Parts: sequence; structure tokens; C-alpha cells
Amino acid sequence: MWTYEKKLQYPVKVSTCNPTLAKYLMEQYGGADGELAAALRYMNQRYTIPGKVIGLLNDIATEEFAHLEMIATMIYKLTKDATPQQLRDAGLAEHYVSHDSALFYNNAAGVPFTAAYIQAKGDPIADLYEDIAAEEKARATYQWIIDMSDDPDLNDSLRFLREREVVHSQRFREAVEILKDERDQKKVF
Amino acid sequence: MTKPLPKEYYKQLEEIQTADFVVMELMLYLDTHPTDQQAIGQYNQFSQYSKQLKRAFESQFGPLQQGSLNPSQTDWAWSESPWPWQV
Repeated sequence: MWTYEKKLQYPVKVSTCNPTLAKYLMEQYGGADGELAAALRYMNQRYTIPGKVIGLLNDIATEEFAHLEMIATMIYKLTKDATPQQLRDAGLAEHYVSHDSALFYNNAAGVPFTAAYIQAKGDPIADLYEDIAAEEKARATYQWIIDMSDDPDLNDSLRFLREREVVHSQRFREAVEILKDERDQKKVF
Repeated sequence: MTKPLPKEYYKQLEEIQTADFVVMELMLYLDTHPTDQQAIGQYNQFSQYSKQLKRAFESQFGPLQQGSLNPSQTDWAWSESPWPWQV
């Protein structure tokens, strides 16, 4: 099970109401390489991954849910005071007519989340390589959002999240090596 | 939130976030380096430190964790203190 703590993993400060930036951030909320996809991917793969790397998938998945909460907080804070006109100017009219100011698992283009974004192949190496690729794609997406953003407070939080993708990718690469070592040892008999 | 939170709330919360970051980072590291004794020592040290910080925070600003003691006999503090996206 999980237990909740009433805090974000890292502070999220927003300089000003900015629904355009919120729209970009939806890519990391309900997008193919976003935090929801990451959390669900690892949480689901952990059941069948070899024992030596279950802990890593479990713990990274848990951290991804904390990142999902940070992204949600960003979107919420950037849009909570926006008028319908401001949302329309930001290209969020279609979002507004369906959801008002509620958050939804869409990507930046308004496409709803689908489980088809993630994989579970059952082959540990295939799954871990997918996980490494997912982290690299998420890292790149954070960089593109930072490039588009003019909010210095928000960029601080986004840079934190970008660096976490780098660490996760590194850990997954180590997990691949652990499994390769284990496989090679088994051949000696 | 209607009533503004004191500076001390943010200061202490940030100290907790910092300590918990160290714990999380060491946890992931130990998941792939499970025999690193120095890292295990640091993990225990910061895990202990985080618990201390949380106890001090909760005594002033209300429960931070599910399962923490409710400070009052009459009011349910969990739903009174602000949520992370409200601060």
C-alpha cells in the first residue's frame, strides 16, 4: 500500500497566471512520456521483473507519482485565476468547455491518456530498455518546456524534474548491468 | 488558503523536503548498490533526521503524514491544514 504525505517532493512556485505554460505542461501530465505514463509503467512491470531490480522499479514508480503531483500543482496554480478569455487565448477553450478549470489527463494537444503509451513485454531487458528510453524522452520534453517557459520560479522546479529523469535513466542502466551479470553467472555450470 | 502561512512553515517544510530528497536519492542508489556500507549509514542518518524534522513540523503546523497523531480531541486537523497545491 501507499501512505500520503502532505508535501510536494520539491517546492513549486509560480510567478504569474499563465495558462499557455499550463497547456505545455499537460504533456508531462497525460502525455506519452509524462509522469502518469512513467508511474504506471514501472508500477506494473515490477511484478514480473527479476527480484534484484523490483525495489528499483517500485521506488522509481513511487517517485513518479510525486512528480505527477508536482506537475498537477503547476497546472493548477498556472490556471486557477485564469478567465475564460485567457484560457481561450492560450488555446484551452476546448479543454474549458469539457472540464472547466479541472485538470485532466490530456497531452499538450488535448489528446487523452491511453494505456497504449506504455509497454510490459515480460522480457526484463526489453522492459528496462523501454524504461531508459522513457526517461530520456521525459528529460528531453522537460528541456523543450523549459525552452518555451518564461517563468523563472517554475523553471527552477522543472530543472529539478529534468535532473531526476537523468538519475532514473542512470539507475535503470545499472539495473540492466545487474541482470546481465546475473545471466552470465548462470551460464557457468 | 484564506489565512497566509508563516515564513517558518515554508522554511521547515523545505528542510524536510531537502532531507527526504537525500533519503530518496540514497534509496535509489542502494537499490542498485545494495552493499555500499557508507551509503547505508548515510541513509539511516538522514532517515532519522527526517523523522525528527517531521515531528517538529507537525507539532506546530498539524499532521503531515497519514497516521500521525491528531493534536486535538475535538477537531480533525488532517483536513484543516493546507494541501500541497494550496501553499
